[in-house]
Amino acid sequence: MSLVLDNIGLRAGATTIIDGMSLTLRRGVMNVLLGPTLAGKTTMMRLMAGLDQPTAGRLLLDGKDVTGLPVRKRSVAMVYQQFVNYPSLTVFENIASPLRVARLPTAEIESRVRHAASLLRLEPLLQRMPAQLSGGQQQRTAIARALVKRADLVLLDEPLANLDYKLREELREQLPPIFAETNAILVYATTEPTEALLLGGETATVWQGRVTQHGPTSRVYRQPANLAAARVFSDPPLNELAVDKRGAEVITAAGRRLPSSGVLANLPDGHYTVGFRCDDAALTRESASAPGFAGVVAVTELSGTESFVHVDVGIGTWVCLVRGVHDWQPGAAAEVSVDMHRAFAFDPAGNLAASPAMAQTA
Amino acid sequence: MRSTIAPRISLIIYLLALMLPVYWLINLSLRTNADIMSGMALWPHHPTLAKYRAIFADPTWVHAFGVSLSYVAINTVISVSVALPAAYAFNRYRFVGDKHLFFWLFTNLMAPSAVFALPFFNLFYAVGLFDTVWAVALAHCLFNVPLAVWILEGFVGGVPREIDETAAIDGYSFPRFFLRLFLPLIANGIGVTAFFCFMFSWVEQLLATTLTSSNALPFAAVMTRSYSASGMDWSLLAAAGVLTMVPGAVVIWFVRNHIAKGFALGRV
Repeated sequence: MSLVLDNIGLRAGATTIIDGMSLTLRRGVMNVLLGPTLAGKTTMMRLMAGLDQPTAGRLLLDGKDVTGLPVRKRSVAMVYQQFVNYPSLTVFENIASPLRVARLPTAEIESRVRHAASLLRLEPLLQRMPAQLSGGQQQRTAIARALVKRADLVLLDEPLANLDYKLREELREQLPPIFAETNAILVYATTEPTEALLLGGETATVWQGRVTQHGPTSRVYRQPANLAAARVFSDPPLNELAVDKRGAEVITAAGRRLPSSGVLANLPDGHYTVGFRCDDAALTRESASAPGFAGVVAVTELSGTESFVHVDVGIGTWVCLVRGVHDWQPGAAAEVSVDMHRAFAFDPAGNLAASPAMAQTA
Repeated sequence: MRSTIAPRISLIIYLLALMLPVYWLINLSLRTNADIMSGMALWPHHPTLAKYRAIFADPTWVHAFGVSLSYVAINTVISVSVALPAAYAFNRYRFVGDKHLFFWLFTNLMAPSAVFALPFFNLFYAVGLFDTVWAVALAHCLFNVPLAVWILEGFVGGVPREIDETAAIDGYSFPRFFLRLFLPLIANGIGVTAFFCFMFSWVEQLLATTLTSSNALPFAAVMTRSYSASGMDWSLLAAAGVLTMVPGAVVIWFVRNHIAKGFALGRV
């Protein structure tokens, strides 16, 4: 019971948009596509929906080959980032639209629309026109339309991206249980790592038209299989340090020698990229073994309970997480202390060489 | 207050200048020929509707008016219904030579219609459509179809593609989507387009007179004939002139809301 992308490819002229993508999306879990803008998430969804046809590969829905089947004949529902409703129909008729086309009995349409409207708290608005609704209400209408159809495949393409912060949090909490009872194959595209973590389920990280990693969301977060996946799944951006390991020492790009510690300790000699998230970079020295990098504060972002301090350490700008509101002024000297035990090491090909999780199981 | 008075005065002057020829035509139509020849009058001293009565009493005039209205209406319907799918295709699909074809439509507008008078005459004569409203209605498609395609394409472009896709996902067949969901969204555009087609067809005389002789003689052609036959009947011509403005005014009245929105939204 799944949607299988079997080596799907999409080329336009000489450019490869989707490159040999294989992915299995299961029923009953939230399948998150995580990737930055233009990574190919929307294109993937359009291929899954049948709005576009792949130039290579097959698409299997519950084992049946649906490649090339026109979208009208598929059991699919889609919610766009922009609020897409039929402007000339009332909210009720907007939600009822796929059921009217399917010629369901009026009583059935009525009850399904009422049910979806109550789940999405649209009941008082059913007789309004979409233009008379707020953005959040318009998007809830679009989601209700996707819900009533009871499609096998439900595609949510950054459905909350255009909503304000409060509405986004509220809807994000409501969506998974609402769709869970439909037993559809749920696909949710997002650019935000935090959103992927909040949704749980399984995550596929997408980068430049390829799926770089696919698995349970928390595992993908804790153990990124490659540099691309780690970059996609880090917000603020992943801090990176290029090193050359020689025996018990590592040499940074700036020529500095450090003892080979933490994640690098048991690796063979060679070039590595050490990646670490902002919460593993501190501005206070936490242990004597953690190497310190002197730098200059570039920018400080305050998010209330936390401060993200961007520090220029000469070989790049790193982001450090500091609890509480701190007023680090740009230009101030700072020393970044890196917790090498919680960092990831990637080989020159970008694949994971060592991670804290691997160290635990070893 | 000063700032509101100056624009108002200039607006009034502008409107007066704009309406003066129209007013003068109405003025002339309400006076007798003898009165007109005797000198200038700012308003008709002895207004009479005699010439209007004469026009409505004469079957030639009434028939010509009906002819003009028929070919204009037929042309508007043909132009808009042909242009709608074309405008949709030009906006939504990519096909070989689409841009060239779109541009090529406009070359029809670049030549004066006199150029096409002879081929049209010959063609319609050969197929037996000469001197029918159909000849004129079809000939006017020459410039109205490209115009309609161009205006409508702008309005089609104003509807997000995602609406088409959502309809396809919902399971709508294309014709049902186009008629039920899409057309209401570009209603303003259709109103504006119909208005322009109507006006351009209504004011076009050269093809209309070339392609007709007696049965389907348009209103303006009857006007030309009437003065060559019995000298210059000034007030009759003025009355006929006023009547030619009536359909345009009526159409504007009906589509005024569409036009206001259409000008704001689309490509006009």
